[in-house]
Amino acid sequence: MSRRYAYYPGCSGQGTSREYDSSTRAMCQELGFELIDIPDWNCCGSTPAHAVDHLLSASLVARNLAIAEDMDVEGIVTPCPSCLKNLKTSQHRMLRPEFHQEVQRVLGRAVRADLPIKSVLQVLVEDRGIGWIAQQATAPLTGLKVVPYYGCIMNRPPDVMRFDDPENPMALDNLLTAIGAEVLPFALKTDCCGASLGTTRRDVVARLSGRVLDAAAAAGADAIVTACPLCQMNLDMRQAQINKANGSSHRLPVFYYSQLIMLATGQQGERVGLDKLCVSPFSLLESLGPQAGEVRS
Amino acid sequence: MPATTLTNSYDAAFVAEVRRESEQNLALCYQCGNCTAGCPVSFAYDFPVNQIMYLVQTGRKMEALTSHAIWLCASCETCTTRCPNDIDVARVMDVLRHMARRENLVAEHSIHAFWNSFLSSVERYGRVFELGLMASYIGKTGRVLTDADLAPVALRKGKLTFKPHDIHGVAEVRDIFKRYREHRS
Ligand code: SF4
Ligand code: SF4
Repeated sequence: MSRRYAYYPGCSGQGTSREYDSSTRAMCQELGFELIDIPDWNCCGSTPAHAVDHLLSASLVARNLAIAEDMDVEGIVTPCPSCLKNLKTSQHRMLRPEFHQEVQRVLGRAVRADLPIKSVLQVLVEDRGIGWIAQQATAPLTGLKVVPYYGCIMNRPPDVMRFDDPENPMALDNLLTAIGAEVLPFALKTDCCGASLGTTRRDVVARLSGRVLDAAAAAGADAIVTACPLCQMNLDMRQAQINKANGSSHRLPVFYYSQLIMLATGQQGERVGLDKLCVSPFSLLESLGPQAGEVRS
Repeated sequence: MPATTLTNSYDAAFVAEVRRESEQNLALCYQCGNCTAGCPVSFAYDFPVNQIMYLVQTGRKMEALTSHAIWLCASCETCTTRCPNDIDVARVMDVLRHMARRENLVAEHSIHAFWNSFLSSVERYGRVFELGLMASYIGKTGRVLTDADLAPVALRKGKLTFKPHDIHGVAEVRDIFKRYREHRS
């Protein structure tokens, strides 16, 4: 049975992470999720809004929640953990009636703020189950050694996010194992990459993201797999910057998990968006042999 | 840290304000240092996050609000997740930024300028327009070379758009900013 969700793409999905957006939409279609864009959605304000004022942040979020409340859906999903944290934190704060009132005044309309809000990863794992997804993997990624990188906020703070373990999350590990990849233990799976300081403090980012790349390489990974557009951009697009700053020479492809699920279910082409990755994954995928993912560029 | 000066005398109003805005009981902090142990940006902080908590507990407003740490905090929520007393430490950091901003005590101008540029983009178009955001940030800080090396890559990969992603309801978003400012003034 198809499940219907209101889809909140997030701004990065229109630009720097368009392959995450397109592969997520395609993956959901393949796996029986109907995603309906929240019509005319606006930016949730991301880190800058909550760093400036919680009322402003919640009011920007609330416009999207209010629009979604008029849709015939069972909840809201977003691929982006940063949007997710903002959406869920604002909803959580609106449990306090006084704050809820203030938000409605600033928003200029009523909002219930009671729809379930989840990551696409969460509904995939909870609505479909790992076993079922394993059955769909007709082109398993045998031989691909990966580390799963959740980033810092996918599961934090735990009483707001309410999904998986905040210190040792397993959803991506299980999913990647189910599609045939070899998942290596990764101590830095929830460490921060410094994305929010990407433009302003490259020294901080080079150190934090550099640590993630170093650890992935030391673990023997061929690639990093992530569910966060900010982490992906930091580790992939900035990989050359980071190498330069740290004197390292990593060439680690950084996949979105949705891209790998598409490959493992035998899907290819533009929607998967492998050509959008800055560190090219093609020679790695070709080295896996003919059965794995059947990849061509 | 310097010995007693005028700036580090106890400011009770400040303590009450942080407590009210963050909805956290700061007195619960017993300085175990767990927050700092897990803080990824600690190496760049002037005061580690447990010391920021101490500055707040002891009412040392100026030192807390003029610190660089509150701006460098990456909002990663590790401290909040690991505090044994369930203090939402990341929220306290957020609230200190709010206060520093209101009182014109911002220590990290480029980060502040970037956030302002980001929010102007949201106010103007309803969504973030990366190219416009970078142009505005460069205009505010003069940091022309910031990420200039990424532009050709982003362009080649079709990840930079030259047209703002404006939305139909942009007037509604502008009204949110307008009413928020009225509410806060
Ligand atoms: S973890 Fe909590 S109790 Fe320990 S120092 Fe940090 S704020 Fe204080
Ligand atoms: S939220 Fe800020 S203070 Fe807390 S651990 Fe993360 S970077 Fe450090």
